[in-house]
Amino acid sequence: MAPAIKLVGIDKSFGAVHANKDINLNVSAGSVHGIIGENGAGKSTLMSILYGFYKADAGDIFVNGEKLNIHASQDAIDAGIGMVHQHFMLVDTFSVLENIILGAEGGALLRKGVDKAREELNRLEREYELEVDIDALIGDLPVGLQQRVEILKALYRGAQILVLDEPTGVLTPQEADHLFRILNALKDQGKTIILITHKLREIMAITDAVSVMRQGEMVAHRETAKTSTEELAELMVGRKVLLRVEKGEASPAHAVLEVENLTATDKSGVVRVKGVSFNVRAGEIVGIAGVSGNGQSDLLAALSGITKVTGGKILINGKPFVGGPPQGAADVRHMGLAHVPEDRQRMGLVIPFEAWECSILGYHNEDECCRGPVIDRPKVIQESLRKMEAFDVRPQDPNLVTGNFSGGNQQKIVLAREIDRDPDILLVGQPTRGVDIGAIEFIHKRLIEMRDAGKAVLLVSVELDEIMSLSDRILVMFDGHIVGEIPASEANERILGLMMAGINPDDDEEAA
Amino acid sequence: MAGPMGTDIPRWANVVVLPIVNLIAAFLVSGLVVLIIGENPLEVVQILIWGAFGFEEAIGYTLFYATNFIFTGLAVSIAFHCMLFNIGGEGQAYIGGLGITLVGLHFGFLPPIVLIPLCVIGAALFGAAWAFIPAYLQAKRGSHIVITTIMFNFIASSVMVYLLVNVLIQPGSMQPESREFGEAAIPFVHEALAWLGVEFAESPWNLSFLWALVCCVLVWGYVWHTRWGYEMRTVGTSPTAAAYAGISETKSIIVTMCISGALAGFLGLNEIMGYHHRLLLHFSGGYGFVGIAVALMGRSHPVGVCLAAILFGALYQGGAELSFEIPTITRELVIVIQGLVIIFAGALEFMFKPQVEAVFRWFMPRRSAAAPAE
Repeated sequence: MAPAIKLVGIDKSFGAVHANKDINLNVSAGSVHGIIGENGAGKSTLMSILYGFYKADAGDIFVNGEKLNIHASQDAIDAGIGMVHQHFMLVDTFSVLENIILGAEGGALLRKGVDKAREELNRLEREYELEVDIDALIGDLPVGLQQRVEILKALYRGAQILVLDEPTGVLTPQEADHLFRILNALKDQGKTIILITHKLREIMAITDAVSVMRQGEMVAHRETAKTSTEELAELMVGRKVLLRVEKGEASPAHAVLEVENLTATDKSGVVRVKGVSFNVRAGEIVGIAGVSGNGQSDLLAALSGITKVTGGKILINGKPFVGGPPQGAADVRHMGLAHVPEDRQRMGLVIPFEAWECSILGYHNEDECCRGPVIDRPKVIQESLRKMEAFDVRPQDPNLVTGNFSGGNQQKIVLAREIDRDPDILLVGQPTRGVDIGAIEFIHKRLIEMRDAGKAVLLVSVELDEIMSLSDRILVMFDGHIVGEIPASEANERILGLMMAGINPDDDEEAA
Repeated sequence: MAGPMGTDIPRWANVVVLPIVNLIAAFLVSGLVVLIIGENPLEVVQILIWGAFGFEEAIGYTLFYATNFIFTGLAVSIAFHCMLFNIGGEGQAYIGGLGITLVGLHFGFLPPIVLIPLCVIGAALFGAAWAFIPAYLQAKRGSHIVITTIMFNFIASSVMVYLLVNVLIQPGSMQPESREFGEAAIPFVHEALAWLGVEFAESPWNLSFLWALVCCVLVWGYVWHTRWGYEMRTVGTSPTAAAYAGISETKSIIVTMCISGALAGFLGLNEIMGYHHRLLLHFSGGYGFVGIAVALMGRSHPVGVCLAAILFGALYQGGAELSFEIPTITRELVIVIQGLVIIFAGALEFMFKPQVEAVFRWFMPRRSAAAPAE
């Protein structure tokens, strides 16, 4: 049988950036095929070419043995290729049904298309364990269900080959397991699935074969059964990597960050943090786990003074702190707290600025940066260069525009800035989101060094692996509450996953 | 991440080449228009350039107009850096003129060395005050600055008509103009040169041109070398990053708009103190609006603004000469040519970007050891 997808010599450059170099790929029909690689390895570019977003500079695409000229997504859809994007392409204010028929309405009047769609969807849902209330509004659905809608949408358009781009980034482990069950059901029905991910665990769990990309090249094809996470990690990075973080025992001292019954709201005034209490002691890393959107971001914003505390108390080094714009975020820095924000592109850095300019963001009014109102440019650039050296930022060029650094190096610029001030407390949000494995290793080491130097670190992450390997204590947030606290030594994915879904693991055990 | 469309062409290509390409496009289309009405485009260009730079008086006029455009262009530019679209330069300039007039009429007894700086301060304060209200409304109430500044142009216009007709009019005169206050006059360049023993043809070109150049340097220093400028650019580029850094968006918006208004207000230095020596209706003559095109074409950089201002000054002066020399090319047609430049340099400023980039890529050797795909 001809392979479902065959790519021959695909080549694509964006200016001087050679994103895909002579890529060959065979995906057998009816299999789950993983494509793994670090951020920026060219996975997404390759899939965008397959789906008609970009046109390859060279190379051919064969679908089920037939050569295909894909100029636009419609060509890909016609060939039976469906795509589930990392960021869902759904209209929040439309119902599930409306979203699914979008672009395939079938005529000027909706009625006929809608009736037909309803029937077809019911069939699809039954067949693949894809239950969704098709009349619900997308905005009301949790992300796990929104993803199912995306899959339904692709199937409704007759997709035989389904491409999923980082599908588990927004899911709890349990939701991810459910997704894998759905994918297996689809496979049993003869569909072909391409799974793009940077998580080795998922590759091992679900795929039949895996292809590894590195720096725009396809470096290896393996049968999943005949490989190991260690081998794949090495192939991805091009050298041996430490998957486990090495760290000694924590020796926590007194509490430096104390939070009592804190409430906080988001921009539109909705209460997102609903009375949380905890503390972080000097010399320990406290991790906050949770599915994104359960109040972690708003907790960070309140702690770092970006938003105003609406109730409860924050004590930083024993001193009460209220915060709120605009002065709060500046004050908190003087109290010994530094903040590596979750969204480095929109918060931690100003992307069009040069790196040296970003290296003083938030500290630009300090005496060492300025002579009166004038920024001491030579001195700041020199300092920036020093920080870049200390944090191995590449390229080491303070005059380079921040947007031209890779994700990992951008994150290092932020970390360098915040850690260099020697804060007592470091808030860290998603430190390794969109960061390549080599840099992850480095960043994790730095955070542990902070801890061992007697600093308090509060880590918020949606990556459970990261939380479990770095933290000394783990708090789980769900719906604005802290629903549990366990020492890292007792944590495992199942327990944390249940807590993240708002279920008490003890109850669950009794029920089972 | 540079993103898939990340450009690798040198920055100067966008800053220098693109405006020139836009300008050429504008002139080509203008040439077609000239052809349609049956004149020779080459001859027209020749007269245009000669009319703007061909003789001393022409140069004087060109730079006189350019002075206006530098002030209003800088005003729009600095607001751009805070991501504010100040369309109210016209009104701010107009009200700034009122500031000059009030100081000039009330303190006419002071020696010029004291009076002129006072007038400069008056212009800045009144222009800034007129920009402050929309700025406050934007920062505190979220009223969009584009809407409010447009509205404030109309209010300024009406207020000035009222004041000139009812309050400031010279007693016994039918003209809605204030009395002359020559005491607060900024010397003409030809006068200044005469003191130095250099002869230069008479023109309205006056020493506020120097102040305009000083303003360029001050704006450049403020935007790129002070922490206030740093805060302003942060707010303009990424309000979330500004909030994270503890920068007050409100303060940045208000301060930036006040500076912008003050710069626009300086228009009166050139027009009133430098030339008319009295307040008259509509002295701001649309320079505030053209300032938007100047700022766009000058890429919001003082050097670019200066060059664009001279270009527009040349179009004004050369255009006037043109309609005088070739009667079929009327004043209106000259405005068409100016409009085409504004459209290509302003509204369509990025139209040729892909082509320009493609040409650059063609000539630049592809780095074979490509950077990691990102």
